[in-house]
Amino acid sequence: MSGDLLEVAGLTGGYGPVQVLRGLDFGVAKGEVVVILGANGAGKTTTLRALCGMIAAKGTVVFRGSSALGRRPDQLVKVGMAHVPQGRGTITDLTVEENLRLGAFTRRDGEIGDDMDQWYEVFPRLAERRDQAAGSMSGGEQQMLAIARALMARPELVLLDEPSLGLAPIVTQELFERLGQINRDTGTAMLVVEQNANLALDIAARGYVLEAGKIVTSGSADELKGDEAVRKAYLGY
Amino acid sequence: MELFFDRLVVGLEQGAVYASVALALVLIYRTTSVVNFAQGELALFSTFVTWQLFEWGLPVGLAIVVSMALSFVGGAAIERAIIRPVGDASKNPLAIVIVTIGLLLALNALVKWIWGPEGRTFPKIFSANTIEIGGVSISYQALGILAVLAVELVLLYLLFQKTKLGLAVRSVASNNESSSLVGIPVGRMLMFGWGLAAAVGALAGALYASQLAVLDTTIFFQLLVYAFAAATLGGFDSPVGAVVGGLIVGVVTVMAGGYIGWLGEDLKLLAAFLVILVVLLVRPQGLFGKKQVERV
Repeated sequence: MSGDLLEVAGLTGGYGPVQVLRGLDFGVAKGEVVVILGANGAGKTTTLRALCGMIAAKGTVVFRGSSALGRRPDQLVKVGMAHVPQGRGTITDLTVEENLRLGAFTRRDGEIGDDMDQWYEVFPRLAERRDQAAGSMSGGEQQMLAIARALMARPELVLLDEPSLGLAPIVTQELFERLGQINRDTGTAMLVVEQNANLALDIAARGYVLEAGKIVTSGSADELKGDEAVRKAYLGY
Repeated sequence: MELFFDRLVVGLEQGAVYASVALALVLIYRTTSVVNFAQGELALFSTFVTWQLFEWGLPVGLAIVVSMALSFVGGAAIERAIIRPVGDASKNPLAIVIVTIGLLLALNALVKWIWGPEGRTFPKIFSANTIEIGGVSISYQALGILAVLAVELVLLYLLFQKTKLGLAVRSVASNNESSSLVGIPVGRMLMFGWGLAAAVGALAGALYASQLAVLDTTIFFQLLVYAFAAATLGGFDSPVGAVVGGLIVGVVTVMAGGYIGWLGEDLKLLAAFLVILVVLLVRPQGLFGKKQVERV
């Protein structure tokens, strides 16, 4: 399976001498939500870090028709790949509004204010707290902010690294509903790395299962939900 | 009493220059977490450039502006070529401190090599006349230097609070990695921070040399100590703190030098050291600095 937006082949990478990824092949199509499932230490976060240029990687990564390997994260944001890192990466000293403005750093058009209003509408909590320091908000609110900020760049693809991490189940559920809604409304493709397989598969079209740096299973969301091994390992029933 | 007010004015005038250099220290510390020991000698180099441009026939004001522009480029180049290869300041602070001390020595030697060790007469920027305000005579120089500092502070405030570039620099100061992920070219922002600090330092150096009417290779080390006292007192991460700290240090040292007979002109520096020591003991984050709180 591959995609016309992001096409990855033989991706290897890691930290210094430690190779975490052992040759990954996957892809994301335009407007598609794809989930990568895997246990702790399988290499999910490393995969996203390799894609967006935070760590050195080898192989082929083609994003919107040109190679993405060897480019810095800020350069990739410019061509439409945004990344919501694990731990959210909000700039805690700055206000909510300043964080959102920074999301549009690479843009030069005049519609930044309109976009900001749009995301305030989708996430009303952020509007209430626009002048508050991001660091003073709860984990769930900061996750919303991180997602809204990534969308301020008007990306084609958003990489989401464990958006549910550290959030209460009810908050996680709301978060994934919003993500599904945003995908349907804006057509923004998403590559979601998650341990919470149930919720992630609900909004995804396809998924991959990562084990020890290799993709062991792939298929449509429904196929994965029906897969005996996947169910036992990641869905818990 | 008149003597007291005279000393107050002189203190504020000198403090304004300390404040300017402290501002440069704070700018670099805020953007890159580096305590730049070379800031004084950077200003020395810039001030010699200003002097040279003046000697070549430029009006002193224009010489300062051109020197500030050159210093901006120089500061940015130093960040890129010398500071960045050493690595992340928050992970390896000792290495960076040693590099900036090396830079201090190298710049001082470079100035001596280019312009020789002898002192020069530096032109007066402001008129030598005084004006009478409420019975206290204040020099145009004091008013001019304080006005320059005020304008500088307002411009920096507008840059950091009202522009996209300023916001990006603040973001980088807070979190490198996350800033990169939102699309900010972090390296360029670090260069900008160093360039800006070098330009601010160039202005401060010119004011300082104009105040003393001389320029030589030994005077900027003292200036650095006063600036450190100012930044420590005000809080190393606060531009407003740098200015308030600078003015206080200026007044305190002049008063101490004037009223404590045995201290005199030569030991004024001791008062600055005392300020540093007391602040570090009593309120390490300074008057306006943020207290470091680690979230676990």
